[in-house]
Amino acid sequence: MRTLAILFALAISASAQQAIIFQNARIHTVTKGTFTGAIAVQNGLITAVGETVMAPPGARVVNLNGKHVIPGIIDCHTHIALDSINEGSVSVSSMVDVTEMLNPESRSIYDALAGGVTISNSLHGSANAIGGLNVAFKNRWGKDAAGLIMKEAPPSIKMALGENPKRQGQGGQSQFGQQQQLRYPGTRMGVEDVIRSAFVETKAYQAAWKEYEAKRAKGMAAMAPRKDMKLEPLVEVLEGKRLVHAHAYRADEILMILRVSQEFGFKIAALQHVLEGYKVAKEIAEAGAGASTFSDWWGYKMEVVDAIPYNAAILQKKGVLVSLNSDDASGAELMRRLNLEAAKIVKYGGVTEDEALAMITINAAKQMGIDKYVGSIEAGKHADLTIYDGDPLSIYSKVQHVYIDGQLYFDREQDLAERGKKAALKNGLIEKEKADEKRNAPQRPAGAKPPTARPGSAESESLDLDAAANDSARRPQ
Amino acid sequence: MRLSLFMTAALAAATLQAADNSFLLRNVTVHPVSGPDVSNASVLVVDGKIAEIGAKITSKAKVRVIDAKGLHVYPGMIDAGTMVGIAEISSVRETTDYNEVGDFNPQLRSAVAVNPESDHIPVTRANGITSVLVLPATPGSGRGGGGGFIQGQASLMHLDGWTWEEMRVEQSAAMMMRLPTMSAAASFDPATMQVRRGSYSEGRRNFETQMRTLRGFLEDARRYRTAKLAKDASLKTDLRYEAMLPVLDGKSPVLINAARQREIRTAIEFAAKEGFRLIVAGVRDPGDQLKVLAEKKIPVILGSPYDTPLDDDAAYDEPYTLAARLNDAGVKFCFASFGAQFARNLPYQAGQAANFGLPKDVALKSVTLNAAEILGVAAKAGSIETGKLADLIVTDGDPLEIRTQIKMMFIEGRQVDLESKHTRLYKKYLNRP
Repeated sequence: MRTLAILFALAISASAQQAIIFQNARIHTVTKGTFTGAIAVQNGLITAVGETVMAPPGARVVNLNGKHVIPGIIDCHTHIALDSINEGSVSVSSMVDVTEMLNPESRSIYDALAGGVTISNSLHGSANAIGGLNVAFKNRWGKDAAGLIMKEAPPSIKMALGENPKRQGQGGQSQFGQQQQLRYPGTRMGVEDVIRSAFVETKAYQAAWKEYEAKRAKGMAAMAPRKDMKLEPLVEVLEGKRLVHAHAYRADEILMILRVSQEFGFKIAALQHVLEGYKVAKEIAEAGAGASTFSDWWGYKMEVVDAIPYNAAILQKKGVLVSLNSDDASGAELMRRLNLEAAKIVKYGGVTEDEALAMITINAAKQMGIDKYVGSIEAGKHADLTIYDGDPLSIYSKVQHVYIDGQLYFDREQDLAERGKKAALKNGLIEKEKADEKRNAPQRPAGAKPPTARPGSAESESLDLDAAANDSARRPQ
Repeated sequence: MRLSLFMTAALAAATLQAADNSFLLRNVTVHPVSGPDVSNASVLVVDGKIAEIGAKITSKAKVRVIDAKGLHVYPGMIDAGTMVGIAEISSVRETTDYNEVGDFNPQLRSAVAVNPESDHIPVTRANGITSVLVLPATPGSGRGGGGGFIQGQASLMHLDGWTWEEMRVEQSAAMMMRLPTMSAAASFDPATMQVRRGSYSEGRRNFETQMRTLRGFLEDARRYRTAKLAKDASLKTDLRYEAMLPVLDGKSPVLINAARQREIRTAIEFAAKEGFRLIVAGVRDPGDQLKVLAEKKIPVILGSPYDTPLDDDAAYDEPYTLAARLNDAGVKFCFASFGAQFARNLPYQAGQAANFGLPKDVALKSVTLNAAEILGVAAKAGSIETGKLADLIVTDGDPLEIRTQIKMMFIEGRQVDLESKHTRLYKKYLNRP
């Protein structure tokens, strides 16, 4: 009977989700004010939000007892869950796509989720002036790669300016001591040229296809131009179908890419990093480009020598759409505290708390072209919700629950509760391995002496090296 | 002005000469860290030192009065391990002065390479940090650390002064060391682009060889000490061995980076065998060494709690709860940024730990008094107590909370400018037409 009930429940959840109503919530809609009220969720969407909301029929009631709800955090620039990031051998690598590299088992997805992030924009690296294609995905931990991808997100491409793309053109030694192969460009002038040349080539390619299609439409004989996988995505950029995320630091190169984009007639969805954006905020605002930046990074390389933590606030005040990102690559280190990065913009430059929260939610959504679906708590949007036990901008608040499409993907209580079980499982595996090793160990002939210590190793015996070799397996949870 | 006319001539002269480092701070809540908070209180500072704290000040010293109604006073924070002042732009080698060539450099003193005009100094200061321990090398163990085995003396510096000499609080707060580890067995092969994992026996051999080299140096230093104590006339001065004397005598601690259980055990056993006072830096996963650290009262300097867990199967919040676990076990610890760019975020390291189980008063101590105690300067710094240096910050709230603003800072009683390159560029470009 019980089994049947469970099966029945599973069947229901597979077809249609049970509706939920979150009550007694401190709701930061980000776009429509902050108030205490309720959020109704049905089939993965927010159906109503307000001070009083009618519960959908059959809804499960979740009393949040004053906990704070914000829209799921969106990281507009990360590299998590990618098995490779940079195709650095060419100056234009638009023929490669990191989507194929998405690893759904990367624990960074869970860590990001535990930090309240529901959407990751995992970008190609910055080794080339025109980089590869990016992937936007929801942190639906447990799903396969196809299940992670956010289908509503328009495609995008990476570009990069300054020190990173010109590094390979400056020669010298690689980090492994080998002479490096020179690769054009080696200067900021060359970076501009690579991008302009690529778009000149793209325009010609686009024209050739248009001419072919026009002839075909008239029923004339025509030969199709050869498909060019490098230029196809750039045609989409010119057609406004593919968003551009352009890595840039210094004011000069920011201005350069704005002018190049205007020359060829495409938009920059977001200037990435853009640490000197504050110097050309007026020009960025006029060009309608977004800016996705760090809160307080500086001094780590020459091109960030003038980086200041007031960058985001100045850009915001001068009318630029600003988001904050993590640029995490090897782990979700910064990603899982983007709420505190937002708090820093309140500190440095005095933006309002709503403006600060917008920088990690709706503004990032706009830069990724997904603001119709996510980024704020409004009826009709995806039920991507991050729930804190206190003020989301306070260092003393913890993420308690994270919902994506109305489904619970992170629950701190549950995470804590499962730790004992996981530790027991792990210890069981270790014991099993030890037993296997013992069973498979070569037998010593009866009466033989145990192996003697290596001469001169007496001192290090005291350092317990053999035990040390097993350390990683013996860590307590 | 609530001041008396009574003053001896000598006191008057001293007060006039050092007028800029004496003051009375009124109407504040004092958070001494060493004791309970005092509200509606005043702090009297005379000649750079804390002279009196309380609701009523009895001293009749003639000083300037600063009314800071509604604000809070805390001790200035101490970053127990940074590159502030010794590195300007981390990726530009010409601007960095850590990681000297050679295996044994105990004679190096980081203080002499500190640039008082570094942009990092006012930037770090602006968030409430008044002193930093400047490290002579990048912390790490095995292949991870920079420089040799004995990397030099770490100097505790005030973030104010015209010269490094004026900034110096304690030239040799600790001798920084790097111990070899077994991980030295792995090597990168550029021909195949693969990390070659050496065998266990190879790793062990490497480890032993390096440990022997290290012990050989220490043995030589001890012989030098014996000869010196015996007043051997033939002994030639050797700066390296001279620098080792306070360490050999147990006067100066060694600071060794050790992240994991195995490295920590190696460091503890090494220090015990050599008779060294030990500070363990960069602890991340102490395992069963947690109780050993507590039993032996070995202090710890923690890095960023924001690191992601070392192991794939670790709990997501393992780095967040580390400080609380150390505290529960009875280990004394403080925090360090272990860098320059994020030194200003030191208070948030403690704040994050407080969010995951560390009591708030301990969190505050971990960036003030604990650091002073671990670095051997608690007699003059780390808390608001009579007789200590007036290293103070005045805030509009909890300094571990990000949105709190630092309103005033005093270093040895001198009011310090909180402007920096960052605030100057901010104002300049905010006002760009």
